[in-house]
Amino acid sequence: MKKMDLQSAWAVAAKDFKIFKRKSQVIYITVVFPLVVGIAFPLIVQYALHIGSGHGITALTLPRYMDAFSVWFLIGAAVFPATIASYSLVGEKIQKSLEPLLATPMTDGEILLGKTISGLAIPLAAVYAGSVIYMSLMDLVTHSTLGYLYYPNWHMGAILLVAPLICLLSVELNIIISSRVNDVRTAQQMGMLAALPFFGLYITSEIGFFAFNDTNLLILAGIISVIDVIVFFASRITFQREEILTKWK
Amino acid sequence: MIDTENLTKKFGNLTAVDNLTLHVDDGEVFGFLGPNGAGKTTTVRMLCCLISKTSGSAKIGDYEVGNRADQQKIRRMIGLLTENVGLYEELSAYDNLDFYGRFYKLDEQKRKEQIEYLLKMLGLWEKRNVAAGTFSKGMKQKLAIARALIHDPQVLFLDEPTASLDPEASKTVRDFILELKKEKRTIFLNTHLLDEAEKICDRVGILKTRLIATGTPQELRRSLSGRKIKVQLQRVDDVIVEAIRKIGFQVSEITDNSLVIDVSDPLTENPAILKAIEAAGGHVQFVTEIGSALEDVYLKIVRG
Repeated sequence: MKKMDLQSAWAVAAKDFKIFKRKSQVIYITVVFPLVVGIAFPLIVQYALHIGSGHGITALTLPRYMDAFSVWFLIGAAVFPATIASYSLVGEKIQKSLEPLLATPMTDGEILLGKTISGLAIPLAAVYAGSVIYMSLMDLVTHSTLGYLYYPNWHMGAILLVAPLICLLSVELNIIISSRVNDVRTAQQMGMLAALPFFGLYITSEIGFFAFNDTNLLILAGIISVIDVIVFFASRITFQREEILTKWK
Repeated sequence: MIDTENLTKKFGNLTAVDNLTLHVDDGEVFGFLGPNGAGKTTTVRMLCCLISKTSGSAKIGDYEVGNRADQQKIRRMIGLLTENVGLYEELSAYDNLDFYGRFYKLDEQKRKEQIEYLLKMLGLWEKRNVAAGTFSKGMKQKLAIARALIHDPQVLFLDEPTASLDPEASKTVRDFILELKKEKRTIFLNTHLLDEAEKICDRVGILKTRLIATGTPQELRRSLSGRKIKVQLQRVDDVIVEAIRKIGFQVSEITDNSLVIDVSDPLTENPAILKAIEAAGGHVQFVTEIGSALEDVYLKIVRG
């Protein structure tokens, strides 16, 4: 059994990054998400604090809103890899560049790892960059109301622990989806279905049936880790030379 | 260099390649001819360890196709030009080659030298920083060949290298393959273009799921259509034709001033034929051996 060659896997990911630089949708997501989530939510809070003048958000209710906003980082972590991983794999299918790649001495596992890295890195960077901007600006606008710096805290730590697991799940699902479709947009739309359970959780938390507290986030992390492992093995089965060349549509 | 014995590939109930046994020598250019769906690409994919074989055996050099331990070694010693060029269109010509060079553990300096050598040889050096997506079909095909050669492989598999190219681009690619032939590289060429096979290949094999025939293009022509001579005369008449038939030869084509005669060994049979013509009052101007085109042979074989 050949040992995993990380340099080859990295070469695949680095090549994808070069291609992503030419894809406006990828750039758009990478830049716009951190700015929108990182800046817009603090601005909303700032606005609500000022117009409320005692009737809106108070120091007591403020943390609940901030925790709810931070759940959007989980939804982002589920949605963005669908966009990026679709370019990575369906793009290769469209350009018919998988066969020459598979004829190199790389193992299927190395190619899959490279694709996973390229699918994960940019969404994660966007989520983490967005969270830094978000925490900094939130602290700035809420410090005078709360009297202390709300961020960083364990809740955000738990969110940022779950985010990569969700990203990974989304990437692995996209690998499976990409084997069945020949169109980037279809792969993206199907991949975004991975975000539905998190939207569902978000809505149930807003109506009080579920709480995104630290304990529940850790339980969620455990559940997603198990699903990640299952989906990883499913994607490994899908991502095999013979399967790709003879069965991928 | 390439040996297969009863190599078979089945997809469910469909047999794509049936008991293929062939041998390709080191430094030989072997042409694999066959209609679409004959199993040419499937054979190449099996030999390149891209898909598994159903039964039989195959070796590239000393390595066994299908043996997990040998797969990486085989992939290191082969280069594959796939039927679709499969370039990264957003990347430059240089980046496309540099990317592939990394998988063969070529250090940066060696990669640079090899890329420069290949791009200069193929006339693409000036365009090295241009995105491959802007290239013409011929340029893309040349770049894909360069990609297959980036690690200087001993064995090169070319799957339909000139398909869908215009005549000028086809000629450029063919000339380049002839250059590679001079380097004594083993080349396995899948093609359905008989003219191409005849110009490039030392030997050809005709595949239609099963290997129907192998040999040099000349051997195939001779073995399947026999040999023919064309006798140019001042004038042809019935007496001359009858005289030839009388001594046991078949006249397959008659015009006003030429005859095409079926022979088995022109060297020994021509004197008797010429003597019979002269005796019948004919005046021979010249005699040539004519071969049927490989295309005729191919069609005869493929149509069964």
